[in-house]
Amino acid sequence: MEISANTGKSVKTVARKSSKRERKALFYGLLFTAPAILGFIIYTLGPMIASLYLSLTDYNVFKDTTSFIGLDNYVKLFSGEDDLFYKSLGTTFYFVILRVPAVIIISFFLAILLNMNVKGRAIFRTIIYLPSIVPAVAASMIWLWLMNPDLGLLNMALNWLHLPTSNWLFGEGSVIPSIVLTTLWGIGGTVIIFLAGLSGIPKSYYEAIDVDGGGWYSKLRHITVPMLTPTIFFNTIMTIIGSFQVFSEAYILTQGGPNNKSLFFVFYLWRTAFRDTEMGYASALAWVLFIIIMIFTVFVFKTSKSWVHYEGEKQ
Amino acid sequence: MRESRLKLTAGFTSLLIVSAMFIVPFLWLLRSSVMDLSQIFIMPPQWIPKPFHFENFKEALTVVPFGTFFKNTLIIVAGVLLGTVVSSTIAAFGFSRIKWKGRDMVFAILMSSMMLPGAVTLIPSFIGWKELGFYDTFYPLIVPAYFGGGMFNIFLLRQFYMSIPQDFDEAALVDGANYFQIYWRILLPLSRSAVIVVALFTFLASWNDFMGPLIYLKSDSRFTLALGLQMFQGSYNAQWDLLMAASTAVVLPCVLVFLIGQRFFLEGITLTGLKG
Repeated sequence: MEISANTGKSVKTVARKSSKRERKALFYGLLFTAPAILGFIIYTLGPMIASLYLSLTDYNVFKDTTSFIGLDNYVKLFSGEDDLFYKSLGTTFYFVILRVPAVIIISFFLAILLNMNVKGRAIFRTIIYLPSIVPAVAASMIWLWLMNPDLGLLNMALNWLHLPTSNWLFGEGSVIPSIVLTTLWGIGGTVIIFLAGLSGIPKSYYEAIDVDGGGWYSKLRHITVPMLTPTIFFNTIMTIIGSFQVFSEAYILTQGGPNNKSLFFVFYLWRTAFRDTEMGYASALAWVLFIIIMIFTVFVFKTSKSWVHYEGEKQ
Repeated sequence: MRESRLKLTAGFTSLLIVSAMFIVPFLWLLRSSVMDLSQIFIMPPQWIPKPFHFENFKEALTVVPFGTFFKNTLIIVAGVLLGTVVSSTIAAFGFSRIKWKGRDMVFAILMSSMMLPGAVTLIPSFIGWKELGFYDTFYPLIVPAYFGGGMFNIFLLRQFYMSIPQDFDEAALVDGANYFQIYWRILLPLSRSAVIVVALFTFLASWNDFMGPLIYLKSDSRFTLALGLQMFQGSYNAQWDLLMAASTAVVLPCVLVFLIGQRFFLEGITLTGLKG
């Protein structure tokens, strides 16, 4: 009896103590994270809701007039009345489809090369990473100059090799591939993430293939690629999101030209909002972009179950 | 793992070719920046300028007030750096070292904002700052850094904090320390390298930002280097020598910061736990 009463008492004290501790933890937890939570509400959640509302108005910030017009902006978008909408959508899709596989495949193989135990590996890594830290404006200046049709280095090199030259950023057909090319220079960030993934693959796995007498290809096919699928997955998602939002390059390299052939979606959005000051309509554009990116992300997530391999998970 | 000689040679050769391709734009930038126009137009192209025209830098940086742009950029970058380092370390502490109800759910919700395209929040944020009377000031570019400092940074620091044994905190709490003391005396000193990584990424992102200044700044006197360079291109678009000199001046600080903090970069990516 005495013992059980005692235990009951101490359990109560412990419970009281622990709930006091819990409350203290909750208080300090919220205190430390308050700026981040507030930031989320002020700079993400609030603006998102505001943007959804704005997309239902014909808000003009400089004239300061607003009227609620329901779904009119969206009707105008999809009815085909605004042919630049479809044009910019098509341009952006083309860019994404061209750029995402190029970025993933090239950075994957660059990472494999940089992971080899070659002489001067550190210097190679630095050289390949370096362009990715160059400000977009400066990188664009450099590429404008390299791709100059008359005096640029690229056409000079093509001439020297007796190959046909290109109009690069000034050709209607070549402008998008050219912009993809300029962004490939800044591939270093993606390469480094692949490198980090590669360094996490245990060496013993490869040794097992050595023992089995397998070669280079079977290592790539049976170890490197499956082990890197989580990294490939992450890089693919981030590259898709980034590619849909390309802006600085479009703004500086081409201003959407020639003949609107590089009118990227976010550039068109910026132009609508800040040059034509139609912020309601631009908000509708923003929501369309948001939903497209969501669909792509969800799609990649859904398919990931069949191809992304997580270690420790039963197959 | 054994790597055959042949394979290493093939790898080395491929890397040599790829590196050459990556470095040529830099060389072309540098050589064009110290040539005058007549040298630039010589065919076939010269790689080593004869003579060097270093006065290009002086001219390029004075025809447009690059000194002012430089100062503006420094003010913004410094403000953003301070805000990001302080607020992301505090938030990461709250999301990793204190166990509170609902913590992981709140963290997951906040993380979802990383997937959100910036275009969606762009217009309302602009309207908000304009209504508050802060259009054409540095505030819209600096203040948000003090509210969390970006989810990517919080995520990175949280990963790092979680790898530090919790026993330290427990012992300190028993000794009567409070959470602020644990944050300041234990976590911050232990996470120096992670904080440097965050600072480096933040510096580069802020220095390179183009869209933010483009939208929020109107007067030339408040322009940043990125905006100034773009404006310079607008008025001197055929002056490739001056344009390349100005570009070199904008690129140089970034490259220097990178080379100094280089060893932390790979470490930083490894910290995020993005290994297979």
